[in-house]
Amino acid sequence: TGPVARAGTARVRIRVEGIVQGVGFRPYVHALARRLALSGWVGNDGQGVFIEAEGPVEDLARFQRELPGQAPPLAVIDRISAMEIPALGARDDRGFGIAGSRDGGRATLISPDVATCADCLAELLDPACRRYRHPFVNCTNCGPRFTIVRDVPYDRRTTTMASFPMCDACAAEYRDPCDRRFHAQPVCCPDCGPALLLLDGRGRPKEGDPIREAGAVLRSGGVVAVKGLGGYHLAVDATRAAAVQALRARKGREDKPFAVVVADVAAARELCVVGPVAERLLTAPARPIVVLPRRAAGIAAPAVAVDPGTADPGTAAHPTTAKHADAETAGGMDTPVRIADAVAPGENRLGIMLPYTPVHHLLARELARPYVLTSGNISDEPIVYRDGEAVDRLGGLVDAFLVHDREIHARAEDSVVVLAGDREIPVRRSRGFAPRPLRLPRPVRRAVLACGAELKSTFCLAKGEHAFLSPHVGDLENYETLRAFTDGIAHFRRLFDVAPQVVAYDTHPEYLSTKYALDLPGVDLVAVQHHHAHIASCLADAGEEGPVIGVAFDGTGYGADGTLWGGEVLVADLAGFTRAAHLAAVPMPGGAAAVRQPWRMAVAHLDAAFDGAPPEGLAVRARNASQWDRVSAVARSGVNSPLTSSVGRLFDAVAAMCGFRDRVTFEGQAAVALEQRADLAEEGAYPVRVESAAPLLVRGDDLIRAVAADLLDGVDPGVVSARFHNGLVGATVAACVLVRDGAGTESGIGGETSSGIGSGIGTVALSGGVFQNGLLLGRLAGALEERGFRVLTHRRVPPNDGGISFGQAAVAAARDTADR
Amino acid sequence: LAHGAGGKATHTLIEAVFLEAFRNPLLEPLGDGAVTGTLALTTDAYVVRPLFFPGGDIGDLAVNGTVNDLAMCGATPRYLSAGFILEEGFPIADLRRITASMAAAARAAGVWIVTGDTKVVENGKADGCYITTAGVGTLDRGATLSAASVTPGDAVIVSGPIGEHGMTIMLARGELDLEAHLTSDTAPLHDLTARLLSACGGPTGGPTGGPISGAVRCLRDATRGGVATVLNELATASQVSIVLDENTIPIRPDVRGACELLGIDPLYVACEGRMIAVVAAGHADAALDALRAHPLGADAAIIGRAGDDPPGLVLLKTSFGGTRIVDLLVGDPLPRIC
Ligand SMILES: [Fe+3]
Ligand SMILES: [Mg+2]
Ligand SMILES: [Zn+2]
Ligand SMILES: [Zn+2]
Repeated sequence: TGPVARAGTARVRIRVEGIVQGVGFRPYVHALARRLALSGWVGNDGQGVFIEAEGPVEDLARFQRELPGQAPPLAVIDRISAMEIPALGARDDRGFGIAGSRDGGRATLISPDVATCADCLAELLDPACRRYRHPFVNCTNCGPRFTIVRDVPYDRRTTTMASFPMCDACAAEYRDPCDRRFHAQPVCCPDCGPALLLLDGRGRPKEGDPIREAGAVLRSGGVVAVKGLGGYHLAVDATRAAAVQALRARKGREDKPFAVVVADVAAARELCVVGPVAERLLTAPARPIVVLPRRAAGIAAPAVAVDPGTADPGTAAHPTTAKHADAETAGGMDTPVRIADAVAPGENRLGIMLPYTPVHHLLARELARPYVLTSGNISDEPIVYRDGEAVDRLGGLVDAFLVHDREIHARAEDSVVVLAGDREIPVRRSRGFAPRPLRLPRPVRRAVLACGAELKSTFCLAKGEHAFLSPHVGDLENYETLRAFTDGIAHFRRLFDVAPQVVAYDTHPEYLSTKYALDLPGVDLVAVQHHHAHIASCLADAGEEGPVIGVAFDGTGYGADGTLWGGEVLVADLAGFTRAAHLAAVPMPGGAAAVRQPWRMAVAHLDAAFDGAPPEGLAVRARNASQWDRVSAVARSGVNSPLTSSVGRLFDAVAAMCGFRDRVTFEGQAAVALEQRADLAEEGAYPVRVESAAPLLVRGDDLIRAVAADLLDGVDPGVVSARFHNGLVGATVAACVLVRDGAGTESGIGGETSSGIGSGIGTVALSGGVFQNGLLLGRLAGALEERGFRVLTHRRVPPNDGGISFGQAAVAAARDTADR
Repeated sequence: LAHGAGGKATHTLIEAVFLEAFRNPLLEPLGDGAVTGTLALTTDAYVVRPLFFPGGDIGDLAVNGTVNDLAMCGATPRYLSAGFILEEGFPIADLRRITASMAAAARAAGVWIVTGDTKVVENGKADGCYITTAGVGTLDRGATLSAASVTPGDAVIVSGPIGEHGMTIMLARGELDLEAHLTSDTAPLHDLTARLLSACGGPTGGPTGGPISGAVRCLRDATRGGVATVLNELATASQVSIVLDENTIPIRPDVRGACELLGIDPLYVACEGRMIAVVAAGHADAALDALRAHPLGADAAIIGRAGDDPPGLVLLKTSFGGTRIVDLLVGDPLPRIC
């Protein structure tokens, strides 16, 4: 054709923002433009993807129409803006091209790490493929991202793949817009990529094929440290009780459940009930650990955790135990895989994960049975991710290291989702999810840093409409965790180009995150009450601003009156809250000791319910007879016995009374036992009074008296647990109805507006760590909906303290716009 | 309530109010006492409930506390003053008991109570009896002890089992049904400090007092806020880390049991006859020998080391191999567990 601009030709400049780098977006645009015979180009810069396209007006319109619709699976488009610019006509005769990356602003969004895709898995297992058994196979649709990114724009030179120059074959794939590996930054092959290496327990190289040798160590009952995407894991054969026990002993982890890796969904089905939702979660690109109900045949006998010698086996045995107690020895081909009891002691559910890197796939196939994969760390410290550190810190714990020479730049622990019925409960949002931005209901005026809580710590940076919630950091009282926290903030600030001017923090004076916030110079501080942050996180997770009736049930958080809250019904929006109702407070005898020893909460609640004289004959008292009166005296004296309205502590008390747990070794252990042992067929509910005061007082003493009476009558603890759950549901619904509708004709409360009672609000948000309890969450949500409430629950951000920083950011954003 | 618990709030109060108002070079280091030339001066107020407890009473506490503050400056205690604030109707018999134990404590410490004052306030105030004492001591050594002189590598020594006084007081209040056999550790430490200073090379400063640090960098009695608070002050003042080994910290079983029952960390419990000595690494063994040769230091132990990273923090290596931050408390400890 001649150099004449055709009639009806136009040119547009388009900007696409969101997660559009490292996800195959440019080849996608390239293919679309070519299909429509447009000319122009597409490129990356610090803000995302920029496009110039020229062609007939109707084709251009179609291009813009189709652009968002068929974007690659990993892309998340936040915004597309377009403006018309003068057509170049004959001056643009080179068709449609792909431009290189250029620096610019630094608002690019970094993709989370993505599990090996089906195409790459096929290559990994295909002997004819040049990447057969290549432990680093990846493409535009999968592979490491966040954990190897040092800086933006996302480009090979800014990742830890920079030290691996591509071979000619890989470079050709990388340059070919029609190839699956076009501009896949971590692309590599056996000739040019990182290599696996097996080391012995002291870090000395071992001979042989690393995968096969690692498999041999595992099969012989050894512990192998496996360098993964976001850190080092510890692996053992999940079917070998002795190996699992050895891992527990070495890691200092008494009975907190481990997750297991299985090769595929079929293998998962041998262990757990895997419905369509579970399958979707298990195979999602984020590949979280999914906590699923175990198949009956695999259930082990839950042991009652009480002082040795006082256990009452009558209440402990699970119905299916006896039949399978002897199955341990069976190993025939037809016998289903049996996970060692020590993997998840006493649990009727199991955390399962499918392989998410080629190394995990190869190991799963090598072993042909489930293996435990747990964070490589000591007790509650953050996952080890630096190579030197790994040998130092884990050397004493493992028999071999399966490592490689690609550096991990950022830590990311495995994410966890609990599936209760068809309800997904996010428990840890980390690898595969972070640092995908979460949209705030309203953009922040000035950049925000939210410092989170203390346990399950996360931080959150917010800029514009984006909240960048960090991966799981851990428990801040550990120095290594505090360092991970401060280093992580520095990394995120640089990566997302955020210079916080507003800093949000919890009001608990002793949280290390609080002290960190208060020490920051030159920023505006926003104090956010713990349970307000919980409710705000649930609201913002749902993209809403409130007002809402916020039910915040958790362990403990610092309350506005200096007591420890945790059984709260708030009337809240993002900017503020009123405490409309709460559980009646009891002392926590010995403070944190009462958290580690749930039976102490039984003492406190029984004393409160029976005026200091609980009935004789309760098993919990008999088991703890030597200390009972002392702990009761501690509570009465008030020495280190802060008052708490916590529902988590109420669960602890009832779990101890039922004989499930007197002592715990990890957070929520007693409450989980109570939930899991509940008799799901039981519909009875204990009565609970809600006293018309302002704030409303939910009387836990009714529950405790009813639990005690039933237990003394010999009612099965599983039935007691169900009635307790149902009673708490009833009380919470009653409180929410009063908060919505007011106290009616009763005393003069209805007219009060400052109390929040009679607010007319018809939406309830459920948040706080207690709502990891699927039974409570499901029944409460159902009962509230029956009473005409709209119910918001967590979808992306955990209801536990891992979501606090996100809630704080939302509150800070709301206050910073409201104030000015 | 938080102000006075010995934590961060007290520090903020002292720095914001008192240092601001009284600022001068002798006050500035905010030590247990002030030293000028060969003279050391200190003062302390005593408010304790109950007034009488196993192992002591407010009287010997008021003498020993001030004696110890002088001893921690490296001084030999000489003279004390005593001020009494008495609640109207306070039993004379109790007052006699208190003064008798003050006299005995002064005798044992080799100090004279040379002046005093008494005020009576109306009923319902002063919890029966408050006492303030001030003390003068003399330095016959030139060693300059300073919270700011801790150096990476130094050994951190505690002179005996910790937490006995604080737990004794807590149990003596009688609300806890606990038949533990605890007695307060209240004792004068000047003899112990004198032996320690001479064992670690004697005078090391110039005779007219150039501020030359000796092998003994610093002495502190672990009173309010306990060992944790003292170590935080040292770590901050010297910009060093202090890393403790949990297994080496001496704690009597009865104290440990009471702490477990109450959920209290013994590192934060007050002592009235225990001190922290920070000693140059090369002198640690000599220091330990000197302390252990004295009855009040029989159970002395090296509990940790100073390091250079992270500056200003106190860390505890736990028996599990973890590293817990031993932070300066803002107020009363509240559980941080969600
Ligand atoms: Fe919480
Ligand atoms: Mg003093
Ligand atoms: Zn792929
Ligand atoms: Zn290659």
